[in-house]
Amino acid sequence: MPSRESRIAIFTAFTLVCLAPAQAQSPYGIGRVATPAEIAGWNIDIDREGDNLPPGSGSVSHGREIFDQQCAACHGARGEGGIGDRLVGGQGTLATPKPVKTVGSYWPYAPTLFDYIRRAMPQNAPESLSNDDVYAVSAYILSLNGLLPADATLDAKTLSSIKMPNRGMFVGDPRPDVKNPACMRGC
Amino acid sequence: MSEPTDINEDMRTRRRFLREGGALVSGVVVAGGLVGRKASAATDTAENLPPNVPEWMKTPGDPMGSQPYGTPSSFEKAVVKNIAKDLPQYLSASGRTPLQDLDGIITPNGLFYERHHAGVPTIDPAQHRLMLHGLVNKPLIFDMDDIRRFPSESHIYFLECSGNPNYKKPYGKTASDLVGLLSCAEWTGVSLKLVLQEAGLQAGAKWVVAEGADAAALTRSVPIEKCLDDAMLVYSQNGERLRPQQGYPLRLLLPGFEGNMSVKWLRRLRVAAEPTYSREETSKYTDLMPDGSAREFTFYMEAKSIITRPSGGQQLSAPGFHEISGIAWSGRGKVKRVDVSVDDGKTWQEARLQEPVLTRALTRFRLPWHWDGKPVVIQSRAIDETAYVQPTLAELLAVRGEDYYYHNNAIWPWHIAADGEVTNALA
Ligand code: HEC
Repeated sequence: MPSRESRIAIFTAFTLVCLAPAQAQSPYGIGRVATPAEIAGWNIDIDREGDNLPPGSGSVSHGREIFDQQCAACHGARGEGGIGDRLVGGQGTLATPKPVKTVGSYWPYAPTLFDYIRRAMPQNAPESLSNDDVYAVSAYILSLNGLLPADATLDAKTLSSIKMPNRGMFVGDPRPDVKNPACMRGC
Repeated sequence: MSEPTDINEDMRTRRRFLREGGALVSGVVVAGGLVGRKASAATDTAENLPPNVPEWMKTPGDPMGSQPYGTPSSFEKAVVKNIAKDLPQYLSASGRTPLQDLDGIITPNGLFYERHHAGVPTIDPAQHRLMLHGLVNKPLIFDMDDIRRFPSESHIYFLECSGNPNYKKPYGKTASDLVGLLSCAEWTGVSLKLVLQEAGLQAGAKWVVAEGADAAALTRSVPIEKCLDDAMLVYSQNGERLRPQQGYPLRLLLPGFEGNMSVKWLRRLRVAAEPTYSREETSKYTDLMPDGSAREFTFYMEAKSIITRPSGGQQLSAPGFHEISGIAWSGRGKVKRVDVSVDDGKTWQEARLQEPVLTRALTRFRLPWHWDGKPVVIQSRAIDETAYVQPTLAELLAVRGEDYYYHNNAIWPWHIAADGEVTNALA
């Protein structure tokens, strides 16, 4: 057995190595380095500014064709909803007793539409659309919501520049926001 | 701790229970007095009852090996996940834990609640990889053997879907209908902090974006503080490898945070300066207020409890002694106290908490109770170590309105009718 002191010393050294914020040496030497090509193939995240949107473009009219063929069965002919969520309308309803949350009325950021459709839709065949087709069908959904003209073409730049109507309406978490006085008697 | 008056009250209850309970021992309790489903036909057959020798003692039972992976008794067939029959579709859907049929705090793996957004993928662990990249010194790829080489740890934590339930009528009939998107297990895996340190965090690392390898490629952003605190990468649940429904072969686990963030089938972690603002943290899992504003990044599951016995759908067999039992939990830490009312909320008394009371785990509470056979409303409320008190549904609705959707941690009172039938008192 090492002495108590030497064990503490070993432990301290180990802890320092582990907690150093940006050490070049990996503490356990587990795993292998990911190559840029591997990362590029897997990293499909697009943030709210549209960072990482791929090259390509698509028109509203082409988007309508894709939507009719691959989306309308679940989302309705004009995005009014079905098995899948309603995608269109609802602007101006959020502060009423019957709020309708859709891409047009509720979503704060337009690039999220590309991100979500590419990773998850159509539900029966996700990641099957080309980037051009994802731009096109995103353009169509935005145009159905009055956020893009019917003759528009969408690409990384135009998608990132769309300001969604509900963008300013999101706030942080203020909870605990509800108080129960925890009455014990005569309540 | 309770105030002295509550202890006295508790002692009085206990003395009364001992006095009156004694007379009942030969009656209700022994004669199948358990609250719950009616006795099955087999137990009504006198041939297997004293003084006769039961048939299962006169012939050998099933031989060793008849069930290489054990399953519950065939008499427990009815205890299954609570899955609605009329869902619009079953790919993005949920199934609930039958809380009212379970004891203790651990959910059996086969009854753990399920919520997935594009079905349950079948993943060969040999072909599964976790990629860790972004604001790190060394982007890394791990296979499952790599993950299991890290120092491991095990913890008991609850997991709860944030839509459990929503705020609108019709309210559920059973404990499972109401809060069955809740389960608790012992999780084994590696501290996420160790894995992040393996890659080395860079300055400006404030969020970790987690992505699942399911057909939804479900994506959530997690604050770095949580990732360096109690977040885990989990590969085992209650001793065995994760079930496919729970993210086999690897999932994220964020104790006390809404279940959706504990990304299953975890394949990628991207360290970033900003959240990704995925669809699941903007369109969904945000809370709409009556004024049209919406709360985002509402992670914590606040303190909550429910009586599971007796509870909706059950039947008290007769007046007399009944133990009230339920579960309490808080995403913000330990449950400190559970109060129970057996007079429609007029007075409350402190329930006994079953040890161990663990951080961000279910806590079982119990209260001995004598039912006088009159209609009554019983309910529980949890208080956690931050002194937060579980609210009533009315208190929640007054602040949030009924379109808030997520994070409903209301008290659910049960009505017990003169014939012993238990129903949701708010329904
Ligand atoms: C098989 C049915 C189905 C098909 C086909 C389908 N979807 Fe969906 N879609 C769904 C379901 C179900 C959801 C909700 C998923 C969830 O919440 O987990 C959804 C969600 C969405 C959403 C998010 C809505 C919101 O407000 O959060 C968008 C956008 C979307 N789909 C677009 C599309 C597009 C574009 C197509 C065609 C390329 C498509 N969908 C095809 C079923 C489908």
